[in-house]
Amino acid sequence: MTKPLSGPEVARQIGEQFPDAVAEFDETVVLVHSEKLLEVARLLKQALELDYLTSITAVDFSEHFELVYHLTSIKNNHSLVLKTRCDKGEDPRVPSVVSLWQGADFQERDIYDLMGISFKGHPNLKRLYLWQGFQGHPLRKDFIGGAQD
Amino acid sequence: MEIEKLYISGELDQVESDEIDALIASSKEPYPDPIAWLDEEVKKSALVTSLENVLNWGRRYSVWPFLFFPACCAFELISTAMSRFDISRFGMELLRASPRQADLMLVAGTVTWKLAPALRRLYNQMPEPKWVVAMGACAISGGAFRGSYSVVPGVNLIVPVDVYIPGCPPRPEALLNGLTMLHRKIAKDTILGKDQDD
Repeated sequence: MTKPLSGPEVARQIGEQFPDAVAEFDETVVLVHSEKLLEVARLLKQALELDYLTSITAVDFSEHFELVYHLTSIKNNHSLVLKTRCDKGEDPRVPSVVSLWQGADFQERDIYDLMGISFKGHPNLKRLYLWQGFQGHPLRKDFIGGAQD
Repeated sequence: MEIEKLYISGELDQVESDEIDALIASSKEPYPDPIAWLDEEVKKSALVTSLENVLNWGRRYSVWPFLFFPACCAFELISTAMSRFDISRFGMELLRASPRQADLMLVAGTVTWKLAPALRRLYNQMPEPKWVVAMGACAISGGAFRGSYSVVPGVNLIVPVDVYIPGCPPRPEALLNGLTMLHRKIAKDTILGKDQDD
């Protein structure tokens, strides 16, 4: 059984390096500001040996989008849930983590396609499931589309 | 009153009697055999029919389906092809992997708009004569996914469909019923073109 890392302990470790990066934390989750995401992720990968990105999920809240990164260390058998937020605007943006975990490639394209969040620094950011001319992002709560009958 | 008079006078009996007498008088010679002009040898080895009948007979008992299985209806189709339901009873056991060797496209599942160009291209690659069967609710109308942003609401928007088989998914019996309906449809084809009436 993979052991979840303690949220406060990880938040303290991040705070030593980047004092204003952590926004919130609880028992198992650490929420960081999106502009510091890449630096924090690099630190976590090196210091805690979180070598495997299980999944990235995007959540559409009424005020903001939230991205949930499930990180796992295969070597040490522990895991962490890292979150970040971005504002709902014309072009919601967060830094890409493809440079750290190759597995993020398709998952970030998936989120870009269906949720409309751009990943800054992604090497090939284009739609994954839908075609290029598709209007809108279907998994957003405010999406209205498809056949109306 | 009129009817009674008719019976009493025996007029009706007279009409019948005249008809029969006339038929006897005109039926002295038997009708000639329509193929009497053929000699004995040819009669033994030839069967006379219309070209259309033979063509349609051959076509409907050798309909080779093409593998186009985008979703879960495929499993009912696979089950139909196996020994319990045995699609080869209808001369259809040769499931082709290439559209160029197939006569029938069985659309067994949900078609998305991203898949639709491939469906159209595969249909265009099939040689004439060709038929399409829409199997299951998704292929007929989009099914549970009708109104979705990505699902084609009915494959008849992409290719012409000959037979619709409802169900989610249809049981193998329903599929076989649909295929025999297709056979009946092929039997009605004319040489000059597909019968457009049904």
